[in-house]
Amino acid sequence: MNDMKVFLNGIIRENPVFVLLLGMCPTLGTTSSALNGLAMGLATTFVLLCSNVVISSLKSLIPDQVRIPAFIVIIASFVTVVQMSMEAYMPALYESLGLFIPLIVVNCIVLGRAEAFAAKNKVLPSFLDGAGIGIGFTLALSLLGAVRELLGTGKLFSLTLLPEEYGSLIFVLAPGAFIALGYLIAIIDKLRKA
Amino acid sequence: MDYIIIFIAAVFVNNIVLAQFLGVCPFLGVSKKVDTAVGMSAAVMFVLTIATIVTFLIQKYILDEFGLGFMQTISYILVIASLVQMVEIVLKKVSPSLYQALGVFLPLITTNCCILGVAILVIQKNYNLMESVVFAISTSIGFALALIIFAGIREQLAMTRIPQALQGTPIALITAGLLAMAFMGFSGVV
Repeated sequence: MNDMKVFLNGIIRENPVFVLLLGMCPTLGTTSSALNGLAMGLATTFVLLCSNVVISSLKSLIPDQVRIPAFIVIIASFVTVVQMSMEAYMPALYESLGLFIPLIVVNCIVLGRAEAFAAKNKVLPSFLDGAGIGIGFTLALSLLGAVRELLGTGKLFSLTLLPEEYGSLIFVLAPGAFIALGYLIAIIDKLRKA
Repeated sequence: MDYIIIFIAAVFVNNIVLAQFLGVCPFLGVSKKVDTAVGMSAAVMFVLTIATIVTFLIQKYILDEFGLGFMQTISYILVIASLVQMVEIVLKKVSPSLYQALGVFLPLITTNCCILGVAILVIQKNYNLMESVVFAISTSIGFALALIIFAGIREQLAMTRIPQALQGTPIALITAGLLAMAFMGFSGVV
């Protein structure tokens, strides 16, 4: 029961994007389409899961004074794993996400969870926490990507839903990212309080 | 001439925050007051330039030399993290007044993705050392420009009446969107 709570916590109550407002750079930078948002979310989830598990199992071995650099090295290794496998097996996706894959290292969500949760809890809860936060992040990115893709091009996951001329390109470009996220946060805030 | 093009492209056309979405966290976080925005901009300019030079040299003389390209992400982030610490210690001794002004912002910079982002971009774009330095400085000027304009708008915004649902972050993001739209006017200049 308690484990379930940890898992759901990250998806809804502490959704990293809509509630905690962490990891804004990849949120805005990679959501020009629903697919890109989803891929970025999954890549971050993988790093988050692995780093949470490794950090929580090594927590008694890492001296307290050097824990932050140690966490960063662990996170950076998994980011490199993601980066290299993506480059090898999904070159097109790697190209479109570009710089944001290595930048998972400095995503505040990953280091934040390591410090706030994994360093204090056992392996299983840390795994669930990573999964919950990761899925929450993935959902948020996919949602923002879907909204931007639909408003911008009339498509959803590259399937045409509306005729092309209904799309306003601005939502695919930079300003649309800020504006769409602003309204999404406002709507979700309203729903949470209702 | 090349340097001028790099400068204009980095400050206006491909503005680091408003077009490339790097460094959005401090952009939203420390933009409530113009003073703090100026402090943060100065700290970023300082660290970004030094970090880009150091990572560039590491890439050219260590990683490329010994075929260690896969260590890029790990080595860069460690260099940046320790560099920030070092800058803090040196600054405290050498220039206490500057340390006072930048103090609180320095530790925040490690997780500012524009530092790591620019370090990687410079390698991707195949710049030489001088071009990298110009690029780093112009990028931080672009960051400062966006941040200070945005802080100015937000100071005014705090005095206006905003629909309840949009208060706080949503209105800040929408404002940033409009600012990004204004910067889009520069696209095509270079």
